[in-house]
Amino acid sequence: MIHSLFLINASGDIFLEKHWKSVVSRSVCDYFFEAQERASEPENVPPVIPTPHHYLISVLRHRIYFVAVIQSEVPPLFVIEFLHRVVDTFQDYFGVCTEAAIKDNVVVVYELLEEMLDNGFPLATESNILKELIKPPTILRTMVNTITGSTNVGEQLPTGQLSVVPWRRTGVKYTNNEAYFDVVEEIDAIIDKSGSTITAEIQGVIDACVKLTGMPDLTLSFMNPRLLDDVSFHPCVRFKRWEAERILSFIPPDGNFRLLSYHVSSQNLVAIPVYVKHNITFREGSSQGRFDLTLGPKQTMGKAVESVLVSSQLPRGVLNVNLNPSQGTYTFDPVTKLLSWDVGKINPQKLPSLKGSMSLQAGASKPDENPTFNIQFKIQQMAISGLKVNRLDMYGEKYKPFKGIKYMTKAGKFQVRT
Amino acid sequence: MSSTALYNDQGGAETAVEAGQESTSSTGAAFGLFSADFKKNEDLKEMLESNKESHKLEAMKRIVGLIAKGKNASELFPAVVKNVASKNIELKKLVYVYLVRYAEEQQDLALLSISTFQRALKDPNQFIRASALRVLSSIRVPIIVPIMMLAIKEASTDLSPYVRKTSAHAIQKLYSLDPDQKEQLIEVIEKLLKDKSTLVAGSVVMAFEEVCPDRIDLIHKNYRKLCNLLVDVEEWGQVVIISMLTRYARTQFINPWKEDGLDENNETAFYDSDSERNQTEAKPYIMDPDHRLLLRNTKPLLQSRNTAVVMSVAQLYWHLAPKHEVSVVTKSLVRLLRSHREVQFIVLQNIATMSIQRKGMFEPFMKSFYVRSTDPTNIKTLKLEILTNLANEANISTILREFQTYVKSQDKEFAAATIQAIGRCATNISEVADTCLNGLVQLLSNRDETVVAESVVVIKKLLQTQPSQHSEIIKHMAKLFDNITVPMARASILWLIGEYCEKVPKIAPDVLRKMAKTFTTEEDIVKLQTVNLAAKLYLTNSKQTKLLTQYILNLGKYDQNYDIRDRTRFIRQLIVPSEKSSALNKYARRILLASKPAPVLESAFKDRDRYQLGTLSHSLNIKATGYQELCDWPTIAPDASVRNVEIIEPVNEWVPKAGKSKQRKSEKFYSDEEEDRDEAGSESSSTEDSSSSSSEESDKSSSASEKTSSESEANSIDLFALLCSQVTTSSFSPVKTYDLLHHMSAKGLAAKYHFPRQPCLYQPCMVAVQVILTNCSDHNLEEIHIGDRIPASLNIHCFNTIERLEPGAAVTVSMGIDFSDSTQAANFQLCTKSDKFNVSIQPVVGELLTPSTMTEEDFCMEQRLKLAQGTVVPVGSYCCFYQLY
Repeated sequence: MIHSLFLINASGDIFLEKHWKSVVSRSVCDYFFEAQERASEPENVPPVIPTPHHYLISVLRHRIYFVAVIQSEVPPLFVIEFLHRVVDTFQDYFGVCTEAAIKDNVVVVYELLEEMLDNGFPLATESNILKELIKPPTILRTMVNTITGSTNVGEQLPTGQLSVVPWRRTGVKYTNNEAYFDVVEEIDAIIDKSGSTITAEIQGVIDACVKLTGMPDLTLSFMNPRLLDDVSFHPCVRFKRWEAERILSFIPPDGNFRLLSYHVSSQNLVAIPVYVKHNITFREGSSQGRFDLTLGPKQTMGKAVESVLVSSQLPRGVLNVNLNPSQGTYTFDPVTKLLSWDVGKINPQKLPSLKGSMSLQAGASKPDENPTFNIQFKIQQMAISGLKVNRLDMYGEKYKPFKGIKYMTKAGKFQVRT
Repeated sequence: MSSTALYNDQGGAETAVEAGQESTSSTGAAFGLFSADFKKNEDLKEMLESNKESHKLEAMKRIVGLIAKGKNASELFPAVVKNVASKNIELKKLVYVYLVRYAEEQQDLALLSISTFQRALKDPNQFIRASALRVLSSIRVPIIVPIMMLAIKEASTDLSPYVRKTSAHAIQKLYSLDPDQKEQLIEVIEKLLKDKSTLVAGSVVMAFEEVCPDRIDLIHKNYRKLCNLLVDVEEWGQVVIISMLTRYARTQFINPWKEDGLDENNETAFYDSDSERNQTEAKPYIMDPDHRLLLRNTKPLLQSRNTAVVMSVAQLYWHLAPKHEVSVVTKSLVRLLRSHREVQFIVLQNIATMSIQRKGMFEPFMKSFYVRSTDPTNIKTLKLEILTNLANEANISTILREFQTYVKSQDKEFAAATIQAIGRCATNISEVADTCLNGLVQLLSNRDETVVAESVVVIKKLLQTQPSQHSEIIKHMAKLFDNITVPMARASILWLIGEYCEKVPKIAPDVLRKMAKTFTTEEDIVKLQTVNLAAKLYLTNSKQTKLLTQYILNLGKYDQNYDIRDRTRFIRQLIVPSEKSSALNKYARRILLASKPAPVLESAFKDRDRYQLGTLSHSLNIKATGYQELCDWPTIAPDASVRNVEIIEPVNEWVPKAGKSKQRKSEKFYSDEEEDRDEAGSESSSTEDSSSSSSEESDKSSSASEKTSSESEANSIDLFALLCSQVTTSSFSPVKTYDLLHHMSAKGLAAKYHFPRQPCLYQPCMVAVQVILTNCSDHNLEEIHIGDRIPASLNIHCFNTIERLEPGAAVTVSMGIDFSDSTQAANFQLCTKSDKFNVSIQPVVGELLTPSTMTEEDFCMEQRLKLAQGTVVPVGSYCCFYQLY
């Protein structure tokens, strides 16, 4: 399926190549560069590019293009999903997935890629199995390795690949047994000019960090499972149990993993936690524009709205801005016309505002489009949908684990049109 | 070589010290600084040839760095290949990486390593066997093809499923190395397809797809197994299996779409035999139970976290499910839109194709396709496409309001696409045509040229579809003409004025006059339209424009572009009367001023549905290499019967046939499957071999018992696990024992029996009975066996003759009795060496049934399923009885 993989950095250098079948010359990437040139922005490079003898399927993450070379028909999502899995694995191993990190760990990268694909078909993509095969490099281990000459390659054999629970490694041992679950909800919304909601929906995930000895069998139940409309599970979750009882029953992988992602049914009205008052005007004939933006909390159930960041792409005609934030700092890039305002926490008593003027290109007519504001925020200790975990039970092991649940609400793709 | 020895790190204190020294000297050399010049390679060679493990490892790491950067390290081959048998596991792995990369170029030297792998293939440790096979098969050296073939064959029968999985991967590698091995490889694939391990399933189907995708017949027998294993297969395997099963289903089942909506509960249809149903097409559609099985078993996978799995299930439903069921995939597809940009792109492409045919599916989710300013342009245009497809009378106002925002977007490419979309909405929904047109006309005063130009082009198309009195708009556009510079837009206006020149009799000649001035500086496309305009005006208003036309024609005659010269020459001949041209001249008016059909504004995704959804070909809209056409449903389902014979083979086989002797039965039973299948067709004729083999029966039976159990296990899995989904064997229920023979009346032989309530191993139509034989006398009882049956046709699976039973001893034997679903007693003789006793087993109704838990829905489904198979008469006591909860 996947013939070869090329890693290309932002400046167009191929800095890593790996072939699983016969070698494909790197000149095949020229077609990719061509497509890249045609695209106005890096994100606009089409994910699938046909060439005379091959097909290139690429993903862009962390400013690195992962370009897979395909020779024949294959579901494109298959390749795309795999490439993303590769990136996730790199991130998991090296903390960051940058060109430098990959170059520094080129041997580990090669070993990983070798295990992840056999003849172009995915072999081991589960992080628990991979970690058993190849230990992630840590500073301590690197030091020990250089001194003792031992290696990153696991001494044991990957028994996980055979077990009925391939996602969990065997022989897990912890002195402190703990299981943490983060319920994170994101609000996707489009708010129109007048402040009314055009579309809003809530997407949530439950990320878990489970460090439990042995083979624990967990069940997690919700107070209000009816809220969950569309769910997708980590493979460890027993689907039948969910269908019948709306209970999550699973033997967890070791370490961090995403247990569940869900969508809250669209019948429920979505509470929008912030509002934006804006007044952005360009006067005909003058080279000045007025800019006035105020943020305020709304429907936050008494919780503070934190880490607020407003960003906007201003019209091309805007040369510069002269603004005055009541709190936080703002930056404006005159080249990309990107305005971003780091607000911080919203104080309901003293609403943050950003006021001032914009200078426009002299002589140019006033821009007929108004900017859109993208807003990011976080609200701790609250799931905006009202989802609540009822209880977490453990079976199969004797000890008492420490359990913790955290709720958080974030802005997803939250846009305000003006 | 033992596994531990192989994998033990032998690095003792000595190496540690060396490594310490080594680290001072060379750890500083980062890979990035490394260049592939000759001297360095010399250096590496030296390191590889040293006898220090750490030096070798360091060298190999650098070499891997070279390979990763695409530098050539092939001249190190001899030095590297020596380390293939190294005991250091990381070193060995790196050597493997090197070997696989360069073996193709250094074939002779690569052969040096083969013996190491051959040895490892025999290793007691499964992982070592697997990795040896993996590397061996990855070395692309044609000379070792026979060795690979042998290794694959051996590995395919390995006890470890992991090794078998590896062998499935190796099949593809060998096939790409030497396609001549196809036949032999197909044999291996056939064998591996029968494998019941979830580990193997995905890989072998992948091999099947690569090597022999057309050998659909290999799937028949494994179809149900694959369907049932699917949920437990790893996610990548799921994708491959699902797409293969989609293709399979399209060749095997009949079209569920034809009579969609008709009720499937037609009573009479249930009792029709298969053949009848196939012949008479008028009968309402009943879904093949296997078809239903596939749909039911893939549905949970929509919840997968793997987007490729979700997409493949979606396409399976799209291509296979009855129309009203397809919508279950909608939610999951919309969910995928939250994923990465690339995933969104592919999913949106597929939704765009789907939404053309089935608006209703995605209409409730319309808002999920609203465009955000942060989306990349290609995502935006795809969303726009979908919104346009979804537009109908009810939602058009919402959509148009949304479009208004988009038109103002800073992304001009996207704004232009929006205008196109508005045009399409206007043609599709006549109610809003005027609103759209007005909106577009307003856009004509937009500042951005691309927006104006696009509007002009779209207005031109719209006006053409409804040539009513729109002279106002044309006049307006004529006024704009001076300010528009985009050639396409200018050409469109000229065409419009020419086409409707009678509606704007004053303006048209004036525009032509202006054009005459600027003709030479215009783009080709504008020049062509100018010539057209001139010709049309000449015909309608020759008084005013005769001179202008001739001037333009003269300019065109000497144009650099031959298209324009050609056109000019043609037009001149057509319109200007001269002595030579006469025939066409008369028709000039009718040719040039004919009413033209309006262009149809269509979705770009209109013809994409010829490709299977989710495929590369669909994404590119060109046929990709290796694309397997999804065939049309068979019109009649001749295959259904074929498939039944193949797949439900055990059922047909074990159906009790009246008049068959019991010996015949048991003979058939022990013969192996292959024979059976051959016999199935010509069963009635062949009787002679049955008598001959009956003598062998007794000695066979003991040896065959193992084989039987495994074989019939397979059958019972087929029958119970697959058909009835879950048979709960009620082994926990209290066992009631009945007396069969009292010791007082049988010279010391006592017999009791009970029903173990387990599926009968011997034949599915039989009920399992356990008999406890006790010797209550004071002497040995010999040769206890079953004698004559009354009636003689009674089908009993006897227990093996018990040679000797000690006094006081008891033995439990199990037998199978076919009660033919009646409560009639089974009468037979229980014999010892010297005596015969008539006994009779009277079954209780409850013992003839097997419990099965299922919902009412499933029950109805299963009922239909059974009937559709034509197995109306329950095949055995086990089928067709369900408990309702």
